[in-house]
Amino acid sequence: MIEVKKKYRSKKAAERISLVVIYAILIAISVVWLIPFFMLIVLSFRGEQVGMSSDYLLPKQWSFNNYIKLFTQTKFLRWYANTMIVSVAVTIVQTIIVLMTSYALSRLRFKMRKPLMNIMLILGMFPGFLSMTAVYFVLKEINLTQNLLGLILVFTASSAMQYYICKGFFDTIPKSLDEAARIDGANRHQIFVKIILPLAKPIIIYTILTAFIAPWGEFMFSSFIMLGDPDKFTVAVGMKSWLDNSTLASEYFTVFCAAAVVVSIPITALFIWLQKYYVEGVTGGSVKG
Amino acid sequence: MDDLEYLKKSPWGRFWFKFAAFFKSLPGKLKAFFKAIPKQLKKLWLAFAGIFINIGRAAKYGDWKTRMSFGVMGFGLIARKQFLRGVIYLLFELLFILYMVFFGWKYLAKMGSLGEIARVEEWDDALGAFTYKFYDNSLLILLYSLLTIFIMVAFLYVWYQNVQGNLLSQQLVEVHRKLATAKDDLHSYANENYHKSLLAIPMFGLVVFTILPIFFMVFIAFTNYDKAHMPPNELFAWSGVDNFVTLLGGGVSANSKVFAYTFREVLLWTIVWAFFATFTNYVLGMVVAILINKKGVKFKKLWRTILVITIAVPQFVSLMFMSQLLADQGLVNNLMLKWGWINKAIPFLTDGTVAKITVIIVNMWVGIPYSMLICTGILMNIPADLYESARMDGVGPVRAYLKITLPYMLHVTTPYLITQFIGNLNNFNVIFLLTGGNPSSLDMQYAGKTDLLITWLYKLTVSESQYGIASVIGIFTFVIVAVLSLILYNRSKSVQNEEEFM
Repeated sequence: MIEVKKKYRSKKAAERISLVVIYAILIAISVVWLIPFFMLIVLSFRGEQVGMSSDYLLPKQWSFNNYIKLFTQTKFLRWYANTMIVSVAVTIVQTIIVLMTSYALSRLRFKMRKPLMNIMLILGMFPGFLSMTAVYFVLKEINLTQNLLGLILVFTASSAMQYYICKGFFDTIPKSLDEAARIDGANRHQIFVKIILPLAKPIIIYTILTAFIAPWGEFMFSSFIMLGDPDKFTVAVGMKSWLDNSTLASEYFTVFCAAAVVVSIPITALFIWLQKYYVEGVTGGSVKG
Repeated sequence: MDDLEYLKKSPWGRFWFKFAAFFKSLPGKLKAFFKAIPKQLKKLWLAFAGIFINIGRAAKYGDWKTRMSFGVMGFGLIARKQFLRGVIYLLFELLFILYMVFFGWKYLAKMGSLGEIARVEEWDDALGAFTYKFYDNSLLILLYSLLTIFIMVAFLYVWYQNVQGNLLSQQLVEVHRKLATAKDDLHSYANENYHKSLLAIPMFGLVVFTILPIFFMVFIAFTNYDKAHMPPNELFAWSGVDNFVTLLGGGVSANSKVFAYTFREVLLWTIVWAFFATFTNYVLGMVVAILINKKGVKFKKLWRTILVITIAVPQFVSLMFMSQLLADQGLVNNLMLKWGWINKAIPFLTDGTVAKITVIIVNMWVGIPYSMLICTGILMNIPADLYESARMDGVGPVRAYLKITLPYMLHVTTPYLITQFIGNLNNFNVIFLLTGGNPSSLDMQYAGKTDLLITWLYKLTVSESQYGIASVIGIFTFVIVAVLSLILYNRSKSVQNEEEFM
């Protein structure tokens, strides 16, 4: 009896120790992951201008100068507006295209369905940047380089290829719903708009969220299309231009931090708010592939 | 060997057995592959021949109205009062003819040479500016020739549909069936033809902005388009497989040797990088997920949210910030020097080997939260009684992880792993924003020690205008990605059966 009790007690102690270790690891992880953001925020309030090569973290003078400089002396507001315009337009167009493609590939049966899916799979394997040069010349021919509309076109034109996760979701909606509606005389368009779409709220929110965030972080295409016209930069391209050489970088480093904070806040808020849908989307998508 | 004998072997014995079995089965598989080729070719040929048989049938059995529609598209339909469809066919044909006469043929005719008349500037006193006589622009010739070929293929397809449609209408009339009215036709686009209405715009975008450009760049790979041959000032011409030879090391010039060397180095690093970036993120992400999910751990949501914040903050912000922090004169080095942890700044981003390790570690910081999220959802689906019975049998946590968790996760998330791996092969952001491909190297052509194929490609096009070589690199990247994913996809069962997962 005593033996058993002892064993039980030692097991409990072992469990407690393992919990303590886990908490320690989790706290360490949290610190590692949050420290850069903490540094970013602190640096953005640094009043003195010593560039990035300082050897202390906390500012000697706390001030809002970086934020004031950001909004009055740089083109940041312009870039922010550009990115916002592109982002909103991309979100609307991309969501519609992805939903249409996914519905067609998930619910409708036609001869080209399988080949189409295979073609899109293969197209996805080409490095996107490879086709960029040609797209650039196409845009140039129709006078859309260094133009926000051109960037929107580039972002949305191949949205169809992102049908995967959304189609996976549509596949899980029972087909009996469609059949019941068909017996009641609904055509396929009505089924799509009135039955499937209302049920697809989580995946629509996921699509909107990812489409909205993409232009904020995209650098490759934006920099190529807007090359040489600072008025048309997106925030990513613009902020990178501050760090391109070390003289600029030492002057603009703290301003960069301020800009980073301004860019991050709304997106992070949006993200935490819609976290549930995002998690559902990525988990579903990764399993179904 | 039967199952029992197999199970008696040691783990290493099993591994070698599987390893040997793979290579033993290889010749058989190859044989099957080559045997399947004639069969596929025959199938293709039959499909192709079927088109001509159908056209022949239309010519043989068609009345004069149907036969007229061979030349005047939609004629038979209009004659049978299916005006809407008929007129659309006719309009399409007229537009096509106009396009070809006034635009298409001019470019198509020059596709063989890519233009012969170079641009010559002439000073015009009257205008006070340079003027140009007519000149050829190789780039536009290639681009528009391809566009014209695309349009011609589309036209042939529509023409074939037209012939079939005319014959069908004729046959329906012959058996006294009612023909579809314009209203019926329109309604069909919300019903049996709904996929056409849904996919028209997405596919148009795909063809113009993805497929046409890819074809264009594949053709560019066979030209000498580079800095010395830049339209509109200069012409470029077909150069056969020269660019391929250069990259693969067959070239004789010193320049081509350097290119070949750079290609090998960059390719090797790209694969090493993709492997480590995928592997570390996946395994560690899973470990973090398991820690958070463990029974008894509180504030699960808080831990998760802390990590999710890093996904939410735009990647370029954190990456560029990191690149500043980790610079030789950056804050991290300065702080460590001040605290006396190190004597000399660590070359995080300026020494080849250290920089490679740095990017993999920073990528872990960027990617672990993401894989943690994915693993969390799936871990919760593993039946708890599996672990329960394992514990009954006296299995420790590590063994339970290796025997239950890992196999289950690997089985379920293979598609995710594959897409991650492919994504990492083409991971532009992490490398370009963090190191910019640097530190640069004297032995390599326009590439640094941490450059991936995709960032090298970017540099070659944006700053060096080496379009020909860049296209070849792009094609090689495609081949590598395609081969790897074909192998991996074939091994994962969940991809093979779409309907099973419903």
